Amino acid sequence: MIAIVDYGASNLHSVRHALETVGAEVMLARTPEDILAAERIVLPGVGAFAQCVTSLRASGLMQALHEAVFDRGRPLLGICLGLQVMARDSEEGGLHAGFGWIPGSVRLISSALAGMKGPHVGWNEVLLSRSSELFKGLRADPTFYFVHSYHFVPDAAEILAATTEYGGPITAAIQRDNLFATQFHPEKSQQNGLRLLENFLAWKP
Amino acid sequence: MLKIRIIPKLLLQRSRNVKGVRFEQMRDTGHPVTNARIYDAQGADELIFLDIDASVEGRSTLCDIVSKAASEVFMPFCVGGGVRTVDDFHRLLQAGADKVAVNSAAIEYPSLLSEAAKLFGVQCVVASVDFRWEEGGPRVYTHGGQVATGISVLDHVRRCVEAGAGEILLTSIDRDGTMTGYDVDVTRRVSSAVSVPVIASGGAGTLQHMVDVVREASASAVAVGSLFHFTDQSPIKARAFMRVAGIDVRREAA
Repeated sequence: MIAIVDYGASNLHSVRHALETVGAEVMLARTPEDILAAERIVLPGVGAFAQCVTSLRASGLMQALHEAVFDRGRPLLGICLGLQVMARDSEEGGLHAGFGWIPGSVRLISSALAGMKGPHVGWNEVLLSRSSELFKGLRADPTFYFVHSYHFVPDAAEILAATTEYGGPITAAIQRDNLFATQFHPEKSQQNGLRLLENFLAWKP
Repeated sequence: MLKIRIIPKLLLQRSRNVKGVRFEQMRDTGHPVTNARIYDAQGADELIFLDIDASVEGRSTLCDIVSKAASEVFMPFCVGGGVRTVDDFHRLLQAGADKVAVNSAAIEYPSLLSEAAKLFGVQCVVASVDFRWEEGGPRVYTHGGQVATGISVLDHVRRCVEAGAGEILLTSIDRDGTMTGYDVDVTRRVSSAVSVPVIASGGAGTLQHMVDVVREASASAVAVGSLFHFTDQSPIKARAFMRVAGIDVRREAA
């Protein structure tokens, strides 16, 4: 059983349908107990950083996620904002604290400085920083769909699983122990995305 | 780098896909969810669904269709047609849309774009702009091309982007369905006037037209209707053709 953390993120249904398409039995986790009952967990996310962190804290879901990931070793997949909330902090809408699970901060993409058009939206190539079971079966530079204005800047490169380029390097995925998270949207990335979700279901960190 | 996108444009009328010439003489082009599946299999980069009925009843049908498509194909959707309020945005996003296109309401309710951008982010606010050439230059038309506003296209797109549009879907009514090529001139002017991506729309009749509007007008994406609906061209062929022409499109799709 795989739990999708349900705190009102608008991409929840797309994530659910995509996981079901690759054979997952999905439950929407609305309580700490739901999260602790699952074998694997997906934390989706679209929206504003501070609001998301506040809502996950207030509902006790963040604490349950912490227990599931760090005490029980459950594999966790964070998507987009679901990656960013794991950071120490974010400068989106003022400085706000995150979960503090991964060393680094969420910063505005400096694309405007590099003369790029608007936020980072669209299909972009991902460069793998190391070999990872999560990207198994995909080419070395697969394309995925991105939609974001802020990005995770790690303190050290060890945590990076993949990067992309948009007016400079952008974190595309992080991986540490049983924690994996993507800035791109596998649930919107056609075959590449479905393959990555399938790999997550089979992942034994 | 971000890839140039190939986007089939699906017009909806009473739950069916249709396509006309200059927004008239609509012909049936099939079932929207079936079409979405086909274009997904052919590796389209994104889909645009526009409900041309644009009625209140139409909007709930549109939500159903988007929701059905989003449960079967996993790619970005831009959805529009009669969007008037932030509630319309909310419903379409919940149904599985990634972006919402606003056309007539961008003029009727000037605060809609900024409110939606604040609530949902600029990346999901698309200003859909239909235009015709008139004396003095290209002018904006609303209500499915029925209402002449007299507003200059360049003034309008600048205002939309200031208000919070993250993308412009620019459709030439004169070229729509004629398959005579995009309006490269107006597309070029618009993409140099604004800092957001511009989707060229209206007139694609050959794969070379798609190359031309990207190369000569800096379009970030090409919307395609008749060429995919009525000929044997497809996103697969378009991608191969554009790549050979040196355009940075996705490689591994489909």
